Amino acid sequence: MNGDFVISQSDKRPMYFQIMEQIKQRIAVGDWTEGQTIPSIRQLAVDLQVSVITVKRAYLELEREGVIVTHQGKGSQVAANSDLGARMREQELEQHLEQAARIGTQLGLRSKDLERRLRATCERLAETKEEFA
Amino acid sequence: MTDLAIDLQGVGKTYRYFALENIRLQVPAGTIMGLIGPNGAGKSTTIRILMGLIHQERGEVRVLGHRMPAEQVAAKWDIGFASEDMRLYDSLTLAWHMNFIASIYPKWDAAYAQLLLKRFGLHAEQKIKGLSHGQRVKAVLLLILARRPKLLVLDEPTTGLDPVARHEVLRELTDVMADEDRSILFSSHNTQDVEQISDRITFIDRGRIIDSMDKEAYMDRWRRLRLEIPAGIEVPALPGVIGIKRSGRLAVAIANEFAPDLANAYETSGARVHAVENMTLEEIFVANVEHSREEVNS
Repeated sequence: MNGDFVISQSDKRPMYFQIMEQIKQRIAVGDWTEGQTIPSIRQLAVDLQVSVITVKRAYLELEREGVIVTHQGKGSQVAANSDLGARMREQELEQHLEQAARIGTQLGLRSKDLERRLRATCERLAETKEEFA
Repeated sequence: MTDLAIDLQGVGKTYRYFALENIRLQVPAGTIMGLIGPNGAGKSTTIRILMGLIHQERGEVRVLGHRMPAEQVAAKWDIGFASEDMRLYDSLTLAWHMNFIASIYPKWDAAYAQLLLKRFGLHAEQKIKGLSHGQRVKAVLLLILARRPKLLVLDEPTTGLDPVARHEVLRELTDVMADEDRSILFSSHNTQDVEQISDRITFIDRGRIIDSMDKEAYMDRWRRLRLEIPAGIEVPALPGVIGIKRSGRLAVAIANEFAPDLANAYETSGARVHAVENMTLEEIFVANVEHSREEVNS
């Protein structure tokens, strides 16, 4: 069970974070649905062969983010909200923008230059789309 | 109060060229504790003391509630212990060993033993002398695991195993966790194994415990900061940073008590923070040992 979780030691992100990401993916693609009971911390730890404390940390962070809810004695369920797919894309965009801004600063670009480059990229993508349309 | 599977307080023992000093080690029931340290740090000595194999000169040792070494006979019914120098009888088969252990320990689980034979790829009818190193290690673990002891004490259980065998062993160790009452203490040079399966980590170096705490909290305190420091600027020594290496404009700082403010503090002092990176347990291990040795020497 849960054999499709991959916790990689060549991934630079901490293990608890990798577990969070993969749980979010399951919810985003609809494998785990709203209100569904997810594996207990101990069960997932045994399945993934990682320590209980690591899975516990992942669950705590997911609760804080409102992705899952935990009821004492009833285990954890996927939270009812849950435009998680859209929120994850939003987060991803934010990260890429940050990265672009950081590299831009390193290259000495002003934010105006960055704006222009972004607009040019958008236009280029639109054109490529037309060509293939 | 949490039940402690292992409780060492102020334990010490002095040898001619080595001393174990003031060891405080607590393993809550239901958790996995990884004991790491360089060669000769005192890992095996600590394990032997808590098993009652050698006697401490100072301090208290309790294992599963039993005082050691005085009550070791009672304690050992529920402890599975494996170390590198574990001897099996070369001219006898694994099946003979299994029957022997089963005749002594009433909790022997014959069905689980058969399952482990299959999972470990071992043959019960094979004589011990025909086994490879890895097969011997797995045979010893089988004999211990099938007793289903409350506490496993394993000295370097994965040393010398190939990746597949290592994986098989780790799988059985994590399987133990499914039961909330069972605990494991294991020592290893392999920080990957410790990082993967332990709930708590104890660092030992030169006979002293440097750190002993919750793995997640512990690893979260450490970060590597990649900095660019313009020529002519000296960054101050900041709290929480144990060392900074600089060549030209680029520098790497290691923090053992990281807080987000730290990056801001570097920026304020004129440096540019290129990246804040998590560290693997191996990187933490090396940095920590180097740092604690510098402190001892200064």
